[in-house]
Amino acid sequence: MADSSHGAPGTSVTVATPGSELDSFANPGLPPHRPRLADRDRRAEKRAERQVALLFIISVLGTLLFFVGYFFIPLDQTIERLRLQNLMLGLGTAFAMLGIGVGIVHWAKTLMPDHEVTENRHAIRPESDRQDAEKIVNDILEESGIKRRPLIRNTLLGAAILAPLPAIAIFRDLGPLPGNALKQTMWDTGVRLTRDPSGTPIRASDVTVGSAFHVIPEGLNEVEHKLEEKAKAVVLLMRLDPEELNPSPGRENWGYDGIVAYSKICTHVGCPVALYEQQTHHLLCPCHQSTFDLEQECKVIFGPAARPLPQLPIEVDDEGYLVASSDFQEPVGPSFWERG
Amino acid sequence: MSSSTTTQTYVPKTRVGKVTDYVDSRVGGSGIVKEFGRKIFPDHWTFMFGEVALYTFVILLISGTFLTFFYDPSMAETHYEGSFLPLRGVEMSVAYASSLDISFDVRGGLFMRQIHHWAALLFVASVAVHMLRVFFTGAFRRPREFNWVVGCTLLILSLAAGFTGYSLPDDLLSGNGLRIIDGVMKAIPVVGTYLSFFLFGGEFPGTMIIGRLYVLHILLIPAVILLLIGIHLFMVVLHKHSQFPGPGRTNTNVVGYPVGPVYAAKAGGFFFIVFGVLAAIAAAFTINPIWNYGPYDPSPVSAGTQPDWYIGWVDGALRLMPGTLGDNFDFEFMIPFPWGVNALSLNVLIPALVPAMIVFTLMFAWPWIEAWVTKDKREHHLLDRPRNAPTRTAIGVAGVTFYCVLWAAASSDLIATHFLVSLNDVTYWLRFLVIFGPVLAFMVARRIALALQRKDREIALHGRETGRIVRLPHGEFIEVHEPVDDYKRYKLVAFESPEVMVPAPDADGKVGRLDKVHGRISRFFFEDRVAPVTPKELAASHGDHHGEIAGAKDRESIASH
Repeated sequence: MADSSHGAPGTSVTVATPGSELDSFANPGLPPHRPRLADRDRRAEKRAERQVALLFIISVLGTLLFFVGYFFIPLDQTIERLRLQNLMLGLGTAFAMLGIGVGIVHWAKTLMPDHEVTENRHAIRPESDRQDAEKIVNDILEESGIKRRPLIRNTLLGAAILAPLPAIAIFRDLGPLPGNALKQTMWDTGVRLTRDPSGTPIRASDVTVGSAFHVIPEGLNEVEHKLEEKAKAVVLLMRLDPEELNPSPGRENWGYDGIVAYSKICTHVGCPVALYEQQTHHLLCPCHQSTFDLEQECKVIFGPAARPLPQLPIEVDDEGYLVASSDFQEPVGPSFWERG
Repeated sequence: MSSSTTTQTYVPKTRVGKVTDYVDSRVGGSGIVKEFGRKIFPDHWTFMFGEVALYTFVILLISGTFLTFFYDPSMAETHYEGSFLPLRGVEMSVAYASSLDISFDVRGGLFMRQIHHWAALLFVASVAVHMLRVFFTGAFRRPREFNWVVGCTLLILSLAAGFTGYSLPDDLLSGNGLRIIDGVMKAIPVVGTYLSFFLFGGEFPGTMIIGRLYVLHILLIPAVILLLIGIHLFMVVLHKHSQFPGPGRTNTNVVGYPVGPVYAAKAGGFFFIVFGVLAAIAAAFTINPIWNYGPYDPSPVSAGTQPDWYIGWVDGALRLMPGTLGDNFDFEFMIPFPWGVNALSLNVLIPALVPAMIVFTLMFAWPWIEAWVTKDKREHHLLDRPRNAPTRTAIGVAGVTFYCVLWAAASSDLIATHFLVSLNDVTYWLRFLVIFGPVLAFMVARRIALALQRKDREIALHGRETGRIVRLPHGEFIEVHEPVDDYKRYKLVAFESPEVMVPAPDADGKVGRLDKVHGRISRFFFEDRVAPVTPKELAASHGDHHGEIAGAKDRESIASH
């Protein structure tokens, strides 16, 4: 903005350096006090008093309403009854509190004195205190001798720097080291693809064109660290017309007759990429809207993810069930430093 | 503070006298009563935001303590056997099961959960609005800089308290929130993977995280918040409350109502009002119905879910950042090192850290930035009306705009589905707005502030437009203006308007580089300014017609504009 319009209409105004008395208005002081209705009229005062009392009575009724809700609305395992009880407890509390609160504020505003009072500010720090404090600190430093004895000072400094380190090191056992954990999943050669969450295996013939399956590896429901394994191993299985897939060299046999399996864990920050747009063959992550294109091996076509979803190589076993040919060829899920 | 001065000979006669003497002669309370009993607090509706924050925190402590009696922060597996039939027999964590029990099998438990969640939302909101009030009125200036810093820290802690609490029910939504935190953490270079493994006690989700968040949520964070609130209020008492300029109010006094009885009644009553309003909201509006979401499972997710409002801006930033540009450039860099290749995910790191760093750095440093620009080291106890500090106000509005665009971006999918527009287009627009929105907002806000100042000048000089049109004998029509009284006018003219500081050459006649920069920034801040009306100007434009409904003189003033 290159304009420099001075706001003063008419003559250009030079205004006073701040604080100059001549060029600024004198403070006219507090405006005269205007009495309220209740200050002048006895009847208005009585009325205000009754209003305050009425508000306090409303509070009493609110407390009673709470008890009615608590003791006389038995819960019967329906949401409706629970909601009714919640409403009565809440409204009871609301009336109980608002009655007291509004009553007290109304009391203060109508019946307590409303004269504004002026109080002077004091210096945060009187100069004499500052001098005394400075002297005290200097005396303390002098008597401790910390300035005169550098040996003591430096050894203390060294000790004080080292002493907290155990307090950091002791947190080492918060968790194990990552090791290879993020680079491998339960998938392996011959592991069957099964439905999530039931764990029933899937035949290639079950997967019709246009359908999608949420898939977990066989045996997931029995492993000890089920959620940790599931957080890496979940897969989306879809069947397209084989001509719509464009596998890159070396990945031609990762699918089976148009059936392909991709990791369901978003390469952005790890949400499940749960939305399959059947018509466009796009996968959409509902958390941050990263969009992956199945026809381009789940390349990112929109959103914050930077990497394609890893593909799980699959084949069909002797009994016609879908199985993995191997584990994923790269780590699944969000990126991490060691991913490489 | 005067200490107890009870003498042996004093014999109390009234009941109040007996009680106070009993206490006073043991712990010396007279000094406290003398100091605080009639202490003056200025009154303004904007001063209530901080009170709301304090009161919601008290309500959080009360309702939260109740919840701890029934909640079990264990991630052990269990099968639900409670009253909510649709989830009977479902495998879940003990934490989630106990949260369901609080909702369905503890009478009043659902109400307590709801009031706790609503109070948490209001707590963060009131802290934020309170800080905006402090910023826009310049209440952070000397001597209150440290208290501003304490407030900024409290804001961060309130976000931490909110997020750790949000995760505790261990339902599908909160688990997905943790998954996102895990993903962001892993993107941190070098130590990210280790941080994630240490926080979760191994691979995500593990069995440790809920218990750890629980200790942070109910012990560590509230304890630090409580401590900082103590320091915050101590400094408020020490500085005495700031006040808006006006008749009778100066930089060296406080005008308002005494603590006893008026202010104590109003502030104390206000606690009950806040409590009552929260109770009414908790009664009528469902928040976080965890029974609809089910237990955490890494596979399912529901579309259109939203984080609690205060996390929204970070989530929105994550959404807006493009992962790739065109076909050949992506924001995830593979950096070759002698020992191998490491991954740097700027598409996650930039949105997760940069906006928060910008906002919080500017926020913490602002009192010193502004003091450097104005070279103003005086104590300020009189507040600025936001219009009277146009550049500061515009910068604040720009910051709020930046925040709000990111916040809106957290709902980009809902915007798309509700208004039937393309999700991609919404994202493109918001990306544009997050960059240019603050600039536009800055310009518009500064213009509005200056225009409001000009309007104040008009009113101070020529009075208020009465809407009464008068025809003069020679046929001219004028609108009669009614001069404002001294008190009203003083409100309009009592402000400081700093001017551009031109860098002064030193003894060698040279202007230092830093001085030049300062000069430019000072020009940016104060070049556009509207000066307050001076008595001389008023006299020149009007003559003296206090109290008279103007006729001919107004005509002159109208004619001259």
